[in-house]
Amino acid sequence: MRRRWITAAAIGLAGMLALAACGGGGDSSGDGGQGGAARKRVEVFSWWTGPGEADGLKAMRQIFERQNPNYTFFDAAVAGGSGDQARALLASKLQANQPPDTFQGHAGAELQGYIKAGKLEPLDFLYDELKLREVFPEQLVEQITVDDHIYSVPVNIHRSNVLWYNPGVLKEAGVSGPPKTIEEFIGALEKVKQTGKIPLSIGSQWTQVHLLESVLLGTLGTERYNALWTASADWSSSDITKALENFKTIMSYAGTPQEDWQPAAKQVADGEAAFNVMGDWVYGYFVNPPDGGLGKTAKQDFDWAPAPGTDGTFMWLSDSFTLPKGAPNRDGAIAWLKVAASKEGQDAFNPLKGSIPARKDADKSLYKDYLAYSLEQWASNRLAGSIQHGVVANDAWRSAINDAVGLFLQDQDVAKLQQALVDAAKNSGQ
Amino acid sequence: MPRWLPGLLLVSPSIVAIAVFVYGMLGWNFKVALSDQHDEVSEGSFVGLENFINIWQETRWILSVQHAIVFTVVFVGGALVLGWFLAFLMEKGIKGEGGFRAIYLFPMAISFIATGVVWRWLMNSATGERAVGLNALFRFLGLDFLQWQWFRDPDWGMAAMAIPAIWQMSGYVMALFLAGFRGVPEELREAARVDGCNEWQVYRWVILPHLRPVTLAALIILGHISLKVFDLIVSVSGKQIITDVPAIFMWTAVYDAHDPAKGATIAGYIVLSVAIFVVPYLIWNARREKRK
Amino acid sequence: MTVIAKVRGTTAPQHAKVVRRGGAPVWRAVRFALLLAFVVLFLIPVYVLLVTSFKPLTEADPSQAWNLPRTWTTEAWQVAWERLAPGVWNSVMLAVPGSLISAMLGSMNGYVLSKWRFAGADVVFTLLLFGMFIPYQGVMIPLVQLLVGLNEITGTQLFYGGIPGLTLAHIVYGIPICTLIFRNYYVTIPDELIEAARVDGAGMLRTYWSVIIPVSGPAFAVTVIWQFTSLWNDFLFAVFLTGPQSWPATVMLNNIAGAQTVPYSQQMAAAILASIPTVVIYILLGRFFMRGLMAGALKG
Repeated sequence: MRRRWITAAAIGLAGMLALAACGGGGDSSGDGGQGGAARKRVEVFSWWTGPGEADGLKAMRQIFERQNPNYTFFDAAVAGGSGDQARALLASKLQANQPPDTFQGHAGAELQGYIKAGKLEPLDFLYDELKLREVFPEQLVEQITVDDHIYSVPVNIHRSNVLWYNPGVLKEAGVSGPPKTIEEFIGALEKVKQTGKIPLSIGSQWTQVHLLESVLLGTLGTERYNALWTASADWSSSDITKALENFKTIMSYAGTPQEDWQPAAKQVADGEAAFNVMGDWVYGYFVNPPDGGLGKTAKQDFDWAPAPGTDGTFMWLSDSFTLPKGAPNRDGAIAWLKVAASKEGQDAFNPLKGSIPARKDADKSLYKDYLAYSLEQWASNRLAGSIQHGVVANDAWRSAINDAVGLFLQDQDVAKLQQALVDAAKNSGQ
Repeated sequence: MPRWLPGLLLVSPSIVAIAVFVYGMLGWNFKVALSDQHDEVSEGSFVGLENFINIWQETRWILSVQHAIVFTVVFVGGALVLGWFLAFLMEKGIKGEGGFRAIYLFPMAISFIATGVVWRWLMNSATGERAVGLNALFRFLGLDFLQWQWFRDPDWGMAAMAIPAIWQMSGYVMALFLAGFRGVPEELREAARVDGCNEWQVYRWVILPHLRPVTLAALIILGHISLKVFDLIVSVSGKQIITDVPAIFMWTAVYDAHDPAKGATIAGYIVLSVAIFVVPYLIWNARREKRK
Repeated sequence: MTVIAKVRGTTAPQHAKVVRRGGAPVWRAVRFALLLAFVVLFLIPVYVLLVTSFKPLTEADPSQAWNLPRTWTTEAWQVAWERLAPGVWNSVMLAVPGSLISAMLGSMNGYVLSKWRFAGADVVFTLLLFGMFIPYQGVMIPLVQLLVGLNEITGTQLFYGGIPGLTLAHIVYGIPICTLIFRNYYVTIPDELIEAARVDGAGMLRTYWSVIIPVSGPAFAVTVIWQFTSLWNDFLFAVFLTGPQSWPATVMLNNIAGAQTVPYSQQMAAAILASIPTVVIYILLGRFFMRGLMAGALKG
């Protein structure tokens, strides 16, 4: 008897909780449906949840809320795999016509899918109003223009082709300085190998694609590299074969693949490895004090140089914000984009994130050490876009390249890799 | 009112829900899989089994299927053996049985989002002086020869991936077998002993046959979990080719490569593979009940 | 032959008492030792989780996995709780009603499909079971669209973006396993009891209330444990079907990521915190779990 009443009570409780959840769920998201409240909230979708990036986002948020007292910033960030989870969630939202007010995406080809599906509004009006075409470097504007329209506002610039090295380990191996060409690099790797240290540290699969893009740039040169990014480009030529052979040789000196880019970079900072090719987010990781970073000293514990063979070219990637079609709070989104495009916003965000602003008129005094070097390089170098970080290859193409590299790591077959890259280009639809 | 009508009415919400959420979704999935919609914008047109056939040309698919097979065999076999062994050790009664059971069962309570990091640490592939995780433990215990690449091993990597899965599910298998062992009435064992059987023969001729239905049920449940495995692998090693399985390939096809038809084809294969596993069991089970 | 036939005949739910001889003391000691050894093996991941969660971030590194903390600190726990707390209530609102409603549905379905049958009941059962086979990642996109559609039809925000929609999705996809558990359990109830109730004039619901429910305890335990665990630990549905205000604890757990130094100690502390409710449920209902299994729920 008692058991039945317990069961009945349990089910009744469930029912009440369910109703309460309906009430709760309805209220909290019903907010968005009621006139006045909806206009206030601006849903900013990103994958910046970690310290550093989250701090940068917060700085921009403060500026935004100060300048727009009738709007509140709604943080919809989802962590995971440098945007992996976030992008999948975003795809489902866009397909169901439930876009956020604005979302983070890499400037460049990564946005192509959204543009083709008609999910993004062109931002030409904003560029005209704020005269952004004069403020952003010409090459950058060129590379983010699709069919004469621009669809995003770049907030920052990161560099991909950076060689991080440990001066102590190099000295011990008898290497005089950072190698300037790929041949020198291979020679240096061999010398380090003789000392028993790890010549080149490497992380998970995506870091190997990251390495490949520097090797491609270093072997082919800037012009040939930039010409690769249409469906009709020739990936079957012998210079590509040479680049892939270089890649294979370099990878043969790599240490045990680490979990991700941080443990791999750490091996260099700790003096276990000599070289690591990774983007310039490594700098913040190295110099920030614990617990956020490793607290290392530049030029002593570590140093940097352009990746071998790529001096004079800045391989860039950029986090940018977009305006989805049908954004619930379009005006709020545009207000956000204005902050993201502004000098104040970019100079608040970038020092905290560890990147340089996309604008040419940044306050140089805020950017020290590596960032100062990077600013100067950005102003003077030629530009080439990153593969892994969505600049030159659209999602499908990048995914195919990732698969090709992943499979190459299993069978070490350069011919197969090249063929896979040829197919990837052909099927890219770019 | 006919006698059967109330029953049908009571079950009908479930029937409707399943019809929409399961069969509706499956229908949508197969519709896309049988089309040539390889990007998000174009309208696909019917192309029959083209996708299902062409995917076998892809190295990644073949590799993911191989990985899935290795994983399934090691996981299902391992969990069955370990679960059976643990139940065997406990079935005659042991001091602190409740505590033992709780410890073997509790991994089921924890999600892999939570334990993925730990397993990644434990299965770190550095060896020798730089060893970390279990390799370091082996070194410490003087068992250097046991060090290996774990899931980075090109041939048996997926066997390493099966270890967290075995850790999670063998407690449940143990509970099943324990219930099975204990479901054999003591009188039967006594009868066999009286007939002159020693303890091993009692196991062989009385108890083990009784465990067949339980073994089969465990096999099915483990098998279908194994073929759909996703969370565990992504939490430990992300979405890399070295540990690729069909469910992960499906994810990257849909969300990275934006190829709905390919994603749906892979989903179709997953559903079919689980069906091949489970449908014969269902038929066997239905027949067995009719006989009773 | 007779032995085997007798074995097959054992079907009534029984609380089989464990009256067995332990066997020779040596063998008992060996068994105990082996079981203890496995306990150590099983607890290795827990050891690493615990030990790392009490370390400061600088010490929380894979190379120090086995070492006890040089500095014991609870800072990771504090941060972990702060990061998880917003999601915990959502998880509760999801898992508690969800598992109870699932159990209720499963019980009613199982009852009808085993005792109050209609023509084609077996076919319906098999078709229901098929729901277990779906790879969920593959149907996320149409599922999202379905729930958005439900939002539009009802003019609310309940289905997509809210806990009710997430709960609904879980309940529906939980129907197959819950029905399986209950049906296999109820099959073991002797038909005579149902007949007796019918003869007394009881209809379907009355029989359910007076005959079936009183003995359903163990099966409810098994179902609630299974569904609660599944709902509490789910990440995929949660991240796709809800928004930041309704994110359950698993999404908050996933978001404890670092752009530079990965906050391992916080992640591990959060992992333990997030697992506490399910472990508690296991402890509370664990006894019934075994009883339910022995009575036939979840086996062939």
